[in-house]
Amino acid sequence: MNDKKPLLEVNNLIKHFDISGGVLDRLTLEKMRIRMKKTVVHALNDVSFSIFQGETFSVVGESGCGKSTLGRAIVRLYPIDKGSIYYCGDRIDTKDSRAMLPYRSKMQMVFQDPYASLNPRMKVEQTLMEPMLFHNPSMSMGEARDNVAAVMEQVGVDPGWASRYPHEFSGGQRQRISIARALMVEPEFIIADEPISALDVSIQAQILNLFMDAQDDRGLTYLFITHDLSVVKHISTRVAVMYLGTICELAHKAPLFAHPRHPYTQALLSAIPILGFRKSRHIRLKGEVPTPIELPSGCVFHKRCPFAFERCFNEVPKLSERDSGTFVACHGVEEGKI
Amino acid sequence: MGTLARIRQSYILYSFVRDWVAITCFIVVCILILISFLSPFIAPHNPYESASINVMNAETPPMWMEGGSSEFILGTDSQGRDLFSTLLFGMRISIIIGCCAVILQAFLGVIIGLVSGYIGGRLDSFLMRMADVQLSFSTMMVAIFLGAIFQAAFGVAMYERFAVVLLVFIIGLAEWPQYARTVRASVLAEKQKEYVEAARVIGLNSARIMLRHILPNTLSPVLVISTVQVANAIMSEAALSFLGLGMPVTRPSLGSLINSGFEFIFSGSWWITLFPGIFLVLLILVINLLGDWLRDVLNPKLYKG
Amino acid sequence: MEHLLELQNIVVRFALRFGDLTAVDDVSFTLDRGDRMGLVGESGAGKSVTGFSIIGLISRPGYIASGRILFEGTDLAHLNEEALRNIRGNRISMIFQDPMMTLNPVLTIGTQMTETLQAHMDITDEEAAAMAVDRLRMVHIPSPEKRLNQYPHEFSGGMRQRIVIAIALLMDPALIIADEPTTALDVTIQAEILDLLLELCATGKTGLILITHDLAVVSQVTDKITVMYAGRIVEMGSTDTIIHDPRHPYTQGLINALPGSRHTGSRLNQIPGMMPNLLTIPPGCSFHPRCPFMMDICTKQAPRLKYYKEHERQISCFLMENQNKGSI
Repeated sequence: MNDKKPLLEVNNLIKHFDISGGVLDRLTLEKMRIRMKKTVVHALNDVSFSIFQGETFSVVGESGCGKSTLGRAIVRLYPIDKGSIYYCGDRIDTKDSRAMLPYRSKMQMVFQDPYASLNPRMKVEQTLMEPMLFHNPSMSMGEARDNVAAVMEQVGVDPGWASRYPHEFSGGQRQRISIARALMVEPEFIIADEPISALDVSIQAQILNLFMDAQDDRGLTYLFITHDLSVVKHISTRVAVMYLGTICELAHKAPLFAHPRHPYTQALLSAIPILGFRKSRHIRLKGEVPTPIELPSGCVFHKRCPFAFERCFNEVPKLSERDSGTFVACHGVEEGKI
Repeated sequence: MGTLARIRQSYILYSFVRDWVAITCFIVVCILILISFLSPFIAPHNPYESASINVMNAETPPMWMEGGSSEFILGTDSQGRDLFSTLLFGMRISIIIGCCAVILQAFLGVIIGLVSGYIGGRLDSFLMRMADVQLSFSTMMVAIFLGAIFQAAFGVAMYERFAVVLLVFIIGLAEWPQYARTVRASVLAEKQKEYVEAARVIGLNSARIMLRHILPNTLSPVLVISTVQVANAIMSEAALSFLGLGMPVTRPSLGSLINSGFEFIFSGSWWITLFPGIFLVLLILVINLLGDWLRDVLNPKLYKG
Repeated sequence: MEHLLELQNIVVRFALRFGDLTAVDDVSFTLDRGDRMGLVGESGAGKSVTGFSIIGLISRPGYIASGRILFEGTDLAHLNEEALRNIRGNRISMIFQDPMMTLNPVLTIGTQMTETLQAHMDITDEEAAAMAVDRLRMVHIPSPEKRLNQYPHEFSGGMRQRIVIAIALLMDPALIIADEPTTALDVTIQAEILDLLLELCATGKTGLILITHDLAVVSQVTDKITVMYAGRIVEMGSTDTIIHDPRHPYTQGLINALPGSRHTGSRLNQIPGMMPNLLTIPPGCSFHPRCPFMMDICTKQAPRLKYYKEHERQISCFLMENQNKGSI
């Protein structure tokens, strides 16, 4: 699989948010001197990976690990600080918004909150037509209507409801409409940011099926961002586990769930409640997730890691290949201690 | 018509028909607007036509008082104009100035608020500091300044001709920060929402996102403050006119009518001041009450569909 | 024997402008000391409303239309506010999804805990502080003495939920109602909070009602499950039997819809359609439009919750009635 050319390639992505605020917020007194303090959230720290055509690449992690920032940085909702993003071999992070337009119709995004992701003042038909007509201005109204009806049918929303407003739909149906909006421009690649976590259990299954069906029909590639490991286990081809803005393990699904290598992955997997199996123990981590404002030195996980040794305090581990296709960023694994 | 609009309206209608204050206010506002705009047809006299005015009739008391005449229902003013007719014409001027000034305020405020909230950064800081500066001057001060400059530059005759436009301009300019701040606050809230991000992922440019996606979602609060602002603008106009900086006595608004009667209040002709005053208070009160009701209805925190 | 809690035919309605909505329809169950019951359902199923009705937190326009809530022999449904307040926070505690619903952001947690204690007990500040420290230790908060002087915002989400649990434990309640206590938390923290809940119930003196939509969470913690759909109980029995052998078509659908229950990568077994909202509950069995086994009778008549001995549980479905003889 790795011989293929990647569809999306992300290299050494770094994204920091400056949350210092205005001048007055930043003034601090330090050692009898007035200084300008800068408060920076280290959302992404040197993240690199590639996504291949047709796969479902999942990014998992707990809240605040930077997984949503990653998705938004790739579609350039956020400008990145360092690193590069290639789509089909073309570098897209340096393109201006006009040059970016052709890629906008290839890459789309589906969001988490079905109540906020549709404009409440626009009819479903308008919402769906806008992206299509924007990218194909020459399309006739009749053709556009036919396309809208076809896609609505495909995502399982009655096309007869096209002239209704979003508030008349349930959460699940809205999420279908959000997916339809992403499909309108016939994309190749969809970033889905927690697309089912706001939905009810029985609806989650419907939406996941819809994602899988759309992938089969259209040959889509997904970047699936979620915190729900059972969903990841179900739909992914490969999985990247993130912790505090870094990828700590990246592997094919089966080996990752069967033999997690990184201590954090092990703890995370052991904590998933499994239906019908009462677990006697899960791996308890020391302390709490540090804030991404003051990153720990060395390995970001070392303060909570049960196996941490001296090298972990000082040296940032690199994501390196262990077995074929399994990448782990851990000194312990590298030295064969874990 | 969209179903959303229908349901919204039905909710507004629902709370409207169950609120007698709102109904009364609405009826009173309608009557006041109707009679003032139909004043050329229903007023017994035309106060702008100097030929029909007889100074001999000056300071006639209302018809039910001794010395009153059935020709002048509420009596006459110091120039012999029928007070009731002058009042209706004056109220029309007041309402026109109030509404036009608010349209100007809203236009400026919405655009500035939208740009400031959406683009953010330095531009936002700059525009909001401008709003602060504008708010730190009172409307009166701006009006006195501009009025005096205009009168000095173009003469009093010219001033009287353009008094309406000038007042609209002054009051409109003075209070745009109210709108700008409200709109900016809603834009900041809407900008976070995922539908705006979705629009950006589609590749739409900022102008289109602002106008087509964000603006329609910020209009409810604009509607609410507009009612209050109309009342405020009418008040400002009345205050300016009362100070002699507004409408000239030849084409009086409610404020200048109150002012013109003020010097006669101790000589016994209280009606010249009192009746325009009552109408002004009534107008402001019902508009404000309607505004309060609208705010409650449109408030998403109170909205329990 | 007297049960700790017994709900008898509780009906909760909401008086709205277009008429009354029935949010909870004829719900009955019992809970004994040491029982851990999961109340499961999707949003709008009436599970939270049922929980709220027990502690009298149904506020207007909602009201308990009929039924009895017997808690240690007292009927809570017909108790006045004063007496209810005495039971709430004292004998029955509630834990919410969002810890900040319970915590006051401008008071230190020490103040909040001692105030609660002193509202119910006549004790000195020192005694109250000592009790607070004791409870914080019970929920494994490190160095509790120092933590007493901190404000809620100085704690992480998981820690806050622990503090809320500590506050719930202050008066040694006989019943704890936890409404989605781990939904807002990350998996690793969720696992710790669930451990904690289990540990607290281990003494056998406290009853626990865990309200959640997450079947996997319920199966970790509880020994009984009550599945609700559109305001009614559809299946109720021991956790193991229901999880491994669901009988009601809705419960079956819910369990089969979970990813991980089937071969990965394949289509999930979805329940078609969605739960009706309370305005449009269909006649007969409210699940019939989505049910794969729908029969004629289901559209006309609502099934009753009956006990089936061979399945060791209560089920409300005509399918069962046809196959077996149930007893009410």
